[in-house]
Amino acid sequence: MNTGGWIVMTLAVGGVTGLLAWCVYKVFTTPGAEERIHSPADVAPPDVEEDEELD
Amino acid sequence: MIDPNRPKEAWGSRLGVILAVMGSAVGLGNFLRFPGLAAQYEGGAFMIPYFISLLILGLPLAWVEWSLGRYGGLQGYNSTPGIYRAVWKNRIAPYCGVLAVVIPVMIYMYYVYIEGWCLAYSLRYLCGQMSFGDDPNAYAGFFGRFVGMNEDGFAMSSHGDWPFGSAVLFTAVCFAINFILIYRGLAKGIEWFCRWAMPLLVLCAIVILIRVLTLGTPDPKLPEQNLLNGLGYMWNIDMTGEKCWLSLCNPQMWLAAAGQIFFSLSVGFGIVITYASYMKKNDDIALSSLTASAGNEFCEVALGGMIIVPTGFVFLGQAFIENPPSTFSLGFVALPNIFNQMFLGQFIGFLFFFLLFLAAVTSSLSMLQPAIALLEEGLGLHRRASVALLGFITAVGAAFVVYFSKDLVALDTIDFWIGTFCIFVLATLQVILYGWVLGVDRGFEELQRGAEIRIPRFVKFIIKYVSPAYLLAIFALWTHQQFFATPDDPTQLTWTQRIQQSAVVQVTLAFIGVVMILFLLLIAQSVRRWRAMERAEKETAK
Repeated sequence: MNTGGWIVMTLAVGGVTGLLAWCVYKVFTTPGAEERIHSPADVAPPDVEEDEELD
Repeated sequence: MIDPNRPKEAWGSRLGVILAVMGSAVGLGNFLRFPGLAAQYEGGAFMIPYFISLLILGLPLAWVEWSLGRYGGLQGYNSTPGIYRAVWKNRIAPYCGVLAVVIPVMIYMYYVYIEGWCLAYSLRYLCGQMSFGDDPNAYAGFFGRFVGMNEDGFAMSSHGDWPFGSAVLFTAVCFAINFILIYRGLAKGIEWFCRWAMPLLVLCAIVILIRVLTLGTPDPKLPEQNLLNGLGYMWNIDMTGEKCWLSLCNPQMWLAAAGQIFFSLSVGFGIVITYASYMKKNDDIALSSLTASAGNEFCEVALGGMIIVPTGFVFLGQAFIENPPSTFSLGFVALPNIFNQMFLGQFIGFLFFFLLFLAAVTSSLSMLQPAIALLEEGLGLHRRASVALLGFITAVGAAFVVYFSKDLVALDTIDFWIGTFCIFVLATLQVILYGWVLGVDRGFEELQRGAEIRIPRFVKFIIKYVSPAYLLAIFALWTHQQFFATPDDPTQLTWTQRIQQSAVVQVTLAFIGVVMILFLLLIAQSVRRWRAMERAEKETAK
């Protein structure tokens, strides 16, 4: 692998990894994020809810 | 418009929607198509048009879809025809949205078949049934028999290798998994599955990556076939500049890079717009969209780009470079041959195809939601009925693709016309709707509401002028290449020739037409229902 290859690989892989890390950091550290991240996933289609109630 | 008497479905959490959109975007293309393209266009040089396309096409289009979706959702619509009706006050607006329903539904018809291959391969590895010796033709022969490439209807039988030789069985299992999850709804089905499938997928990829990065020089007799040279084949760029400049002057490379970004991020599929319509008024969409796109790029560049090509080079060497395989040959023929030669190859093979299976399920699930949204809000069906109706339509389509398996002509035809041509059309339509009909200022206001990151104002200019111009230029170049240009390989036919010469292509196009008409009729019925509901609302208000 030549020097250009090392530079391109580092920039490309580092760039997308850094961008993802920054985005994840922002998502988890924004005020109020905890509430939205852990809100209950209880919304189901009406007839599915009926089925579950019958069960 | 959603019936006010019915509870509105919603995402359970923000992380869930991000993972669901990421799951929709991460698919086979990230791990098979991207590395193949990068290697074909001289690795490092390919990254320049690739990242430029990401910045001026991928990210802006993703923001456009998220904004249009949430805007429509706030007006009470979840289906794209309804969202278009909310954005564009014109009688034809909902009918323009037919592509956003037909594209995911028809892609699902062949995608679930490929998903079945991935599941079958992973289970065969788990049971130690994927070793066919050192002969590469044995792997090609198995793949051809398994998917029925020799004659139409061949894939319908297991050829004495029950159950592992039955592509139909695995397709049916994947079909059932998808519909059980979609029946459970957004939060308990799609979101629940993506919340554990996406981290597991990344974990599998990281384990495979560690194995690849420790390959070294597996055969001491061939010292040049080592990991560093393999990485070099993927990433090298000519430092003198001359060769790099020549590559950058190649319009085919720009076309390939833009196409890859476009298809990889799932923009123009009609999926993200539906997903975003379930978000609340002040939910952030700017950062969520960027995070989902970044997750997709991580899987594509940092994982996909580091695994396949270096492995192929290390084990197959010059043959891999001189005859780069197509996406399916790479994934289902070349890689099993490589895994057979690799230490811990059976385990890595299982992990790789399980990873592809997870990626395929998270993508195929997302393809069902746009049609479910139309059936529920347009026809007023409950989930059970909408799932049953969509199940019937997609089962007929999947059976069509599985039956016409000779040389995968039906699959190729749907992939070309629906999975490529129509996506270009839909993406162009959406960016024009956002920039010119809704208005870029209003659209940007929608994007910024509740945003947790500040989006630079020049993005407005990019969305209004640069993205549509870039899309149209690529579309024109691509159309010329596919229909009119003489192929480099004389054995290859242009699509104009294929339509004239192949009865299966003609039948498949007729099938696409029938599905299109069916959904246009459903949209017409939905419009009548929406109008009736609006009239009733006005009378109640009086």
